[in-house]
Amino acid sequence: MSLDAKIPTGPLEQKWDNHRFHTKLVNPANRRKFEIIVVGTGLAGASAAASLGEMGYNVKAFCLQDSPRRAHSIAAQGGINAAKNYPNDGDSVHRLFYDTIKGGDFRAREANVHRLAQVSNSIIDQCVAQGVPFGREYGGSLSNRSFGGAQVSRTFYSRGQTGQQLLLGAYGALMRQAASGQVKIFPRREMLDLVVVDGRARGIVCRNMVDGKIESHAGHAVLLCTGGYGNVFYLSTNAASCNVTATWRAHKRGAFFGNPCFTQIHPTCIPVAGAQQSKLTLMSESLRNDGRVWVPKTAGDNRSPSQIPESERDYYLERRYPSFGNLVPRDVASRAAKAVIDEKKGVGPTGLAVYLDFADSIKRLGADVIRERYGNLFDMYAHITAEDPYQTPMRIYPAVHYAMGGLWVDYNLMTTVPGLFCLGEANFSDHGANRLGASALMQGLADGYFVIPYTLGGYLASGGIPSVGADHAAFRDAEKAVEEQTRRLLAVQGRRTAADFHRQLGLLLWDKCGMARNEAGLKDLLSRIPGIREEFWQNVKVAGQKESFNQALERAGRVADFLEFAELLVRDALERRESCGGHFREEFQTPDNEARRDDKNFAHAAAWEYRGDGQDPMRHAEPLTFEAVSLAQRSYQ
Amino acid sequence: MSGDMRFTLKVWRQKNAAEMGRFEIYEAKGVSPDMSLFEMLDAVNEDLILKGEDPIAFDHDCREGICGTCGSVINGQPHGPETGTTTCQVFMRLFKAGDTITIEPFRAKAFPVVKDLIVDRSAFDRIIAAGGYVSVGTGAAPEANTLPVPKEKSELAMDAAACIGCGACVAACPNAAAMLFVGAKISHLGLLPQGQPERDRRSIALRRAMDREGFGNCTNHAECEAACPKEIKMRNIARFNRDYLKASFLSEE
Repeated sequence: MSLDAKIPTGPLEQKWDNHRFHTKLVNPANRRKFEIIVVGTGLAGASAAASLGEMGYNVKAFCLQDSPRRAHSIAAQGGINAAKNYPNDGDSVHRLFYDTIKGGDFRAREANVHRLAQVSNSIIDQCVAQGVPFGREYGGSLSNRSFGGAQVSRTFYSRGQTGQQLLLGAYGALMRQAASGQVKIFPRREMLDLVVVDGRARGIVCRNMVDGKIESHAGHAVLLCTGGYGNVFYLSTNAASCNVTATWRAHKRGAFFGNPCFTQIHPTCIPVAGAQQSKLTLMSESLRNDGRVWVPKTAGDNRSPSQIPESERDYYLERRYPSFGNLVPRDVASRAAKAVIDEKKGVGPTGLAVYLDFADSIKRLGADVIRERYGNLFDMYAHITAEDPYQTPMRIYPAVHYAMGGLWVDYNLMTTVPGLFCLGEANFSDHGANRLGASALMQGLADGYFVIPYTLGGYLASGGIPSVGADHAAFRDAEKAVEEQTRRLLAVQGRRTAADFHRQLGLLLWDKCGMARNEAGLKDLLSRIPGIREEFWQNVKVAGQKESFNQALERAGRVADFLEFAELLVRDALERRESCGGHFREEFQTPDNEARRDDKNFAHAAAWEYRGDGQDPMRHAEPLTFEAVSLAQRSYQ
Repeated sequence: MSGDMRFTLKVWRQKNAAEMGRFEIYEAKGVSPDMSLFEMLDAVNEDLILKGEDPIAFDHDCREGICGTCGSVINGQPHGPETGTTTCQVFMRLFKAGDTITIEPFRAKAFPVVKDLIVDRSAFDRIIAAGGYVSVGTGAAPEANTLPVPKEKSELAMDAAACIGCGACVAACPNAAAMLFVGAKISHLGLLPQGQPERDRRSIALRRAMDREGFGNCTNHAECEAACPKEIKMRNIARFNRDYLKASFLSEE
């Protein structure tokens, strides 16, 4: 099977407009004849379901939370990018496009990224019209701030809870459609399989998490908007329920997985405090606008920060990257932190942290200004660590945050399974090997509000989609497979919990496939993961019953999928013999320890094909061609 | 982080909405002050699973105080003893080693128990569906800066919009009223120019939806404000009442 990205012809700037014109439309009277299944109600899912409902499609929206408003998009703090150029500082669609392509270390598709930049302004318009309370200037106009990886101020924000406010906007739109009956919402449902009939995605099988009943839902197309897989590392900034199950099961039904090794490690998180910790908390990247990152110059210096004089501090980001300073992109900042910590210059009780210091900003601007900008983040930090960041520098450390990889999709956001679309973080499309701050919200909403309403119509209007109901035999087969897995999980009755296996897997991955990777470590992982998986199926203990509310069973199902997916992630990291963005292979670095790409051999997206249990997956490559930008060594110096 | 604190936990267990619930006693050992209450419950649950017993069901997701999923009553207080925090942000350093800690679900007629500490808050979704939004379709928006919003208004709207829909206000209220939740949405949209066209309609529709769901009314106990993890103020209820009064006298809705 060959990968066709379906990139429209013509000049980059005109591709999207041309494509929209040439894409077939579904006439308004016919839209009501189509049932669309949307899985996930974060920014991508809620905006897609609402927009499609408004157009007249019959939509069923599923989420595993108790309400669609709770998807993990709410946790995004810092902001959302757009090319409005309100500050008159030189921004443009082309610059946003360029920064995003460069930020992704030239491993994303030009046409997709350009489209993202093009629709970015409409997103802000839409959200403002919905009543999203963005930060404003005294004159009443919208306010912007700068973010890592850019030299212009293009980030719109709602204090430290931009994701929450944007999602409430999309959720409001979704609930308006729910009230009109155009969208039916199914909360507390977990998708456990994709149903494919005659080569097309025709529905899903899910578990009702309240009563444990297995349900089938049929439709003319399925949209997966199920977020990222960062929790494969056990500790991450992701919410507890974030998982790979929906995309992994779709992968096993034929959807290729794109660039699974592209994971983002975010530089500013609260450090790990102990073995029983269940999650890592992100401190918004926006803090780096006013905070300065430093460590002591001398290894092993364990004086308190106030006792280390200015001359004995190493502001290593400002030193290494004078033009971007503390605002270098996330991958660069995380690696730089790792480098100083490897030199034993880390701070705090574990030595696994660096300082993020606001003393200079507080002196320059006053504590009140800092409180207005970051008050809730400072409070959160103080609450978790019992330290006051107005008085003493924050301690931060990198943590797994975002998955750039995801299901491979073409320009229309369709996977390799016809009729199965994938939006938002769950797909692989726009961020290449590293995502810039404030771009995830932009992508989720671009996909849902402004891309899928057009491209889905193109698929439906092309015809040939026969009527298939949930009574089709393929649904019975999928239900049976799901029931069988549930039965097996409950039957093992071993001596270790699913969480215990998850922790074991996560620590291994973080150690050998985290911020730095090398061939020996990756091969070691590949030899060990199958053993953990085998032990899981012989020794896991899941309490409770099948047909009841059972969080232990939910967790076990997700861990089972992580144990399969992890192997693909590692395999992808091993096969990509270059360093790019968040994927840092120690064998491939420049003399000053920056990532060294290999454009000759790896200027492509890897798309993995599942070929059955016990079979090696097959790696396909989608070549990336660059017309508007020239490939360059990424420099933030 | 492994610690040596011990606690006695008195936890509400209830199989499902139909069956009666009761308190059960559990011992938590090896607790460190930096652990969160949920991390302690995780450890208790691991033990229960290994013993083949049903673990304590509790809602949680982001574990950083923003998603609104979690919510339990800790020692009689929704979201625990501290102000301005969610249950997931309750850390064990707040308690003295050896304490008995009582953990029970939010209690309100409109929030039936699903299991143990988990309640069904879908009534909130139905209230929002009744009109807690600006009716603007995708693509119908004017250029964002064509509508200036005074910074003060915008900040006040943001104060109200910060509601995470957790339901602690309902659990804290002796009447199980949802006035703070609804008042916050009314304020958020009513303070902004975008919210004006539907302002009258919204206050009437949300009021009706709230009554339909079986929430009580406000009698100014202010317990909601004290329990709110986002410190949403009572004045939002006053604004809601004013809007509702005005709308019911003057509007044709």
